[in-house]
Amino acid sequence: MNDLARYERRRRIMYGWMLLSPALILLSLFAFIPSAMTFWSSLFSRGTRRNPSEFVGTGNYDLLFADPTFSKVVVNNLIYAGVTIPVSIIIALAMALWANSKIPARGFVRTAFFTPTILPMIAAANIWLFFYTPGLGVLDQIGALFGFGSVNWLGRPETALWAVIIVTIWKEAGFFMIFYLAALQTIPPDLKEAADIEGTSRWTYTRRIVLPLLMPTTIFVAVNALINSVKLIDHLFILTKGGPSDASKLVLYYIWELAFSYFDRPQGAALTVMVLLVLGITAAIKFIILDRRTHYQ
Amino acid sequence: MSDALKSGQAPLYVTAPKRSFRPRLTLALDTFGAWTLAIVWIAPLLFAVWAAFHSTSDAVNFNLSGAWTLDNFRTAWDGAPWMRYFLNTFLLVSVVLAGQLVVTTLAGYAFAQFQFPGRDVLFIIVLLQLFILPEVLIVENYAMVTRLGMFDTVFGIGTPYWASAFGIFLMRQAFKSVPKELDEAARIEGCSWFGVLWRVYVPSAKPTYLAYALVSVSTHWNNFLWPLIVTNSETTRPLTVGLSLFGAPESGVNISVISAATIMSIAPLLIAFLLFQRQFVQAFLRAGIK
Repeated sequence: MNDLARYERRRRIMYGWMLLSPALILLSLFAFIPSAMTFWSSLFSRGTRRNPSEFVGTGNYDLLFADPTFSKVVVNNLIYAGVTIPVSIIIALAMALWANSKIPARGFVRTAFFTPTILPMIAAANIWLFFYTPGLGVLDQIGALFGFGSVNWLGRPETALWAVIIVTIWKEAGFFMIFYLAALQTIPPDLKEAADIEGTSRWTYTRRIVLPLLMPTTIFVAVNALINSVKLIDHLFILTKGGPSDASKLVLYYIWELAFSYFDRPQGAALTVMVLLVLGITAAIKFIILDRRTHYQ
Repeated sequence: MSDALKSGQAPLYVTAPKRSFRPRLTLALDTFGAWTLAIVWIAPLLFAVWAAFHSTSDAVNFNLSGAWTLDNFRTAWDGAPWMRYFLNTFLLVSVVLAGQLVVTTLAGYAFAQFQFPGRDVLFIIVLLQLFILPEVLIVENYAMVTRLGMFDTVFGIGTPYWASAFGIFLMRQAFKSVPKELDEAARIEGCSWFGVLWRVYVPSAKPTYLAYALVSVSTHWNNFLWPLIVTNSETTRPLTVGLSLFGAPESGVNISVISAATIMSIAPLLIAFLLFQRQFVQAFLRAGIK
């Protein structure tokens, strides 16, 4: 009997590993090994025909820190994150509160909010290109009605990044709305009734009851928005290509440019390592601190 | 309140809903705010649709009475091998989804129902991939795909997404909620571990599969950066990459034609979404929250 139990246990261990092996092999091939390789190749110089690649330690990082484009893209990305995260969250919350209230044509309102979410970023960029085109674009035409002159929204360093930010917010707010909407629907209606009986104003009810109850959702949405602020760069390829003079260039776009435009893999790798580090810290904060409070299962 | 009535006490509050001015004003303000935002939000898309059906001069001059035309679609369609791009995207989302379903089902099953040493550590390692974004690893993943001889193939674009940590997590959650008794009953009936998985776990996780499939298909239909990097020819390039090449300023195509091409390439997903809106939203929710 004991032998049978041990046999059964061994069999389960074997099956467990067998079932996991495809996932583990693939994760190793396309996530873990590439991460390690990225770190490794960031320590070597770029090989040319004359100078073969050699170990340079932190050389690539030093080059990066001395590169003015690097500090430019980091600042740009901080602005990008610093604006898109809170603004998307606030708009998403407003959308959810409205989409949850008893207004006429609620179905249309919800659809209108959510639809941009399912478009590819490239399509969204093409659509907005029409708005930003100087002279002919919709924004300029509206501006002309009020007597403003033509503005080259995408071609001016002061406005290019903002034009990119607006497209990102347009694309992601509706996505975050659905999480708020779902959370709002789990708030027991007695709370609203009790608040009404007490004569609480709607503002107080929202601020003191609804917002605290939505906190876990806000954290979830914020982590997602943070990740998006690293990875949502597709529209740059259509709208600005990072220009003019790097004014709208973001980190991931710069990685792409370093590796596939300038063929400077080691620099690209060094920058990737830094992004991975930031994402790793985010992951640690999320798993260690936040998930203790908002625990699944 | 019904308890209070049963016990014979007077109910504490019997308030008829107040028909005062204030709630109606709030509703009017809410309606106004919601509608304004909704119109602002959908306007860019509606405008693109409208522009796609009008001549460029009508579109840029907002000539609302301009004649409707299909010319832009004709020009756009002739300007690039769209049929091929559609086929490529279709193949791509199928390859990605098929691989993901197999890999995540097996791994989710192992994490949910098998006890073995090191399991929890492994699970955390898998979850780490949620943060090691495939998008960030483009440099080395490109090298890896090339090394494996998959550059410029549908599998080259798709395989890196097969072991989705997110999918494994979803499947694990779904399988964990299957009652142990069902599993045991099936085993007593003589089912192998695969039989149990196929007959008990997979059917009971249908809603999760549907949700995951919708999220996966719409993500990969829209994916751009990675396909841009690992494709090099018409025969593998998906719609998004094709669209970006078509709309590039260098190609000198006018705005109405770009709108037509854009509308054309988003149409299948957009129509599917409008028809199955509830399922889409439920899918994103289920995938996001669980």
